[in-house]
Amino acid sequence: MRTSTGTAIGPARSALMVIEAFWTWYKRNWRSSAVSSILSPLLFLIALGLGFGSQVRAGDATLGLPYVQYLAPALVCAAAMQTAAFESTFPVLSSFKWQRNYIAVTATPIGPKALVGGVLAWIAVRLAVSGAVFMAVAALLGALTGPAALLALPVSILTGMAMAAPIVAYSSTIETEGQQFNAIFRFIVMPMMMFSGTFFPVEQLPGWAQPVVWATPLWHGTELARGLSFGGVDPLAALGHTAYLLALFAAGAYLCTRTFTRRLAV
Amino acid sequence: MRRAATGRPAEIRWGLSVAPSRVPDVAHNGDALVHADGLTKRFGDFAAVNGIDLRVERGEAFGFLGPNGAGKSSTMRMIACVSPRTGGELSVLGMDPNRDGPQIRARIGVCPQLDNLDNELTVRQNLHIYGRYFGLSRAQVRAKAVELLDFAQLAERADDEVEPLSGGMKRRLTIARSLINDPELLLLDEPTTGLDPQARHLLWDRLFRLKQEGVTLIITTHYMDEAEQLCDRLVVMDGGKIVAEGSPAGLIAQYSTREVLELRFAPGTQADAVPDVADLADRVEVLPDRLLLYADDGEAALKAAHNRGVHPLSSLVRRSSLEDVFLRLTGRTLVD
Repeated sequence: MRTSTGTAIGPARSALMVIEAFWTWYKRNWRSSAVSSILSPLLFLIALGLGFGSQVRAGDATLGLPYVQYLAPALVCAAAMQTAAFESTFPVLSSFKWQRNYIAVTATPIGPKALVGGVLAWIAVRLAVSGAVFMAVAALLGALTGPAALLALPVSILTGMAMAAPIVAYSSTIETEGQQFNAIFRFIVMPMMMFSGTFFPVEQLPGWAQPVVWATPLWHGTELARGLSFGGVDPLAALGHTAYLLALFAAGAYLCTRTFTRRLAV
Repeated sequence: MRRAATGRPAEIRWGLSVAPSRVPDVAHNGDALVHADGLTKRFGDFAAVNGIDLRVERGEAFGFLGPNGAGKSSTMRMIACVSPRTGGELSVLGMDPNRDGPQIRARIGVCPQLDNLDNELTVRQNLHIYGRYFGLSRAQVRAKAVELLDFAQLAERADDEVEPLSGGMKRRLTIARSLINDPELLLLDEPTTGLDPQARHLLWDRLFRLKQEGVTLIITTHYMDEAEQLCDRLVVMDGGKIVAEGSPAGLIAQYSTREVLELRFAPGTQADAVPDVADLADRVEVLPDRLLLYADDGEAALKAAHNRGVHPLSSLVRRSSLEDVFLRLTGRTLVD
């Protein structure tokens, strides 16, 4: 009698295998995303940090640091947020609708929930790769204050994931060609990038705008990244920022398991 | 010139390597691979599958026939453990899809209606990554991929990207991929839709080989010739229910006559001859330009019609096919 060689693998191994598949793809195609996820944050660091920053006097607003050093931990978070938003939109829609590879995956022992684990973990890997390249170049440019500034890397991944999980959940409900994503980029990602304290302190904004900023994951990530990089962070505040980002991620991930299951197991 | 044009394997065999067996070669021994009892799938108020019973035995090639919307794909998705049933009982490989979905999926292969390959990966990489989802080691998937590339006649294109491949090649790759775990049960949802005749015959040949190796096949199709070629046994579905069940030959015997006489007339005049020929056949069907006379001896019926002064523009005696059965059971009305 014929016996199959297949076995049902557990959730952790499933996620790992999904990452392996994405990695296989990435090794062939990393160039296409390198400009937006790796090169463009570095251009920002050079143009704004070194170029524009040369005109900024170190003072209270920059926490007494050269502008490029003030900018670096925040910029890695902003870049992660942006990359996360992109990786959570069209690639997810395509995997449901155009290429349909999620449908191929869930025909195997890997179910929708394990797939969510792999998809989110892969975005985290992407953020780690582009963030690490950024940190390495930032270090070469003298944009890092010291070894502690490397803590901005894990913070940037957490920030990106707090953004990615809810957006993946949303993208997994989209049946159209993804026109909605432009609204996300224009009205959420871009303003968040500009006004969440990346380039200048939030205190410079009008009073009514500040609570809006406090709700964004990027502000929490930025505060945490700078606090850890430059030292002297209030532990309670650090805990609060971390908890907020984790909560966003957890809520998003939970929604993903529901939306993926609803779409893939009908 | 694109390689696709020259990449066609040199030795496509036009005939089928194995004569189709018309009789299930496995006795009903209680070892049903798929067993459904009152299986139901509802979407809101709409019953896509409305209480069907079926048994698929190990080693069998089993077909689902039916017009669009008959419930074939919904049934396949429930058997594939990707769609929870709304009601009834279902067991696949002796397990319950509701409880043991991953364990069942580990041992079956699925070839979906729409290809869902990774177009930006190579042919070989598609096999590798898929095998890993079934818990196979890297060494296992590498070895299996070589074997499957050969089986699917894709060895020459192994390290090319999938995107530019022809439809037939992509289909073969999808089938090869579904075999990566040596499945005991292979589900094929309209496997040859949209393929040219060469590609279809090559696929049929491959499916026969699998059947010879003991793989149980469940196939949905719109193509009656495909069902006659491939299936030991089949069911015709319509409106979410099974309306007939049997071997291709058995269904023809039961629902049609041995032969069909087709009489072609100038459009509009065909009905005039009906009174003259009505008693020459078991059943007469009036089409816009033809009369179909279902008779056991078509030549005799034709002769009798001539003798009665019926002079069609042309006539044709042919054997009854599954298509006649299908159209009789599910009607000629277009289903969308």
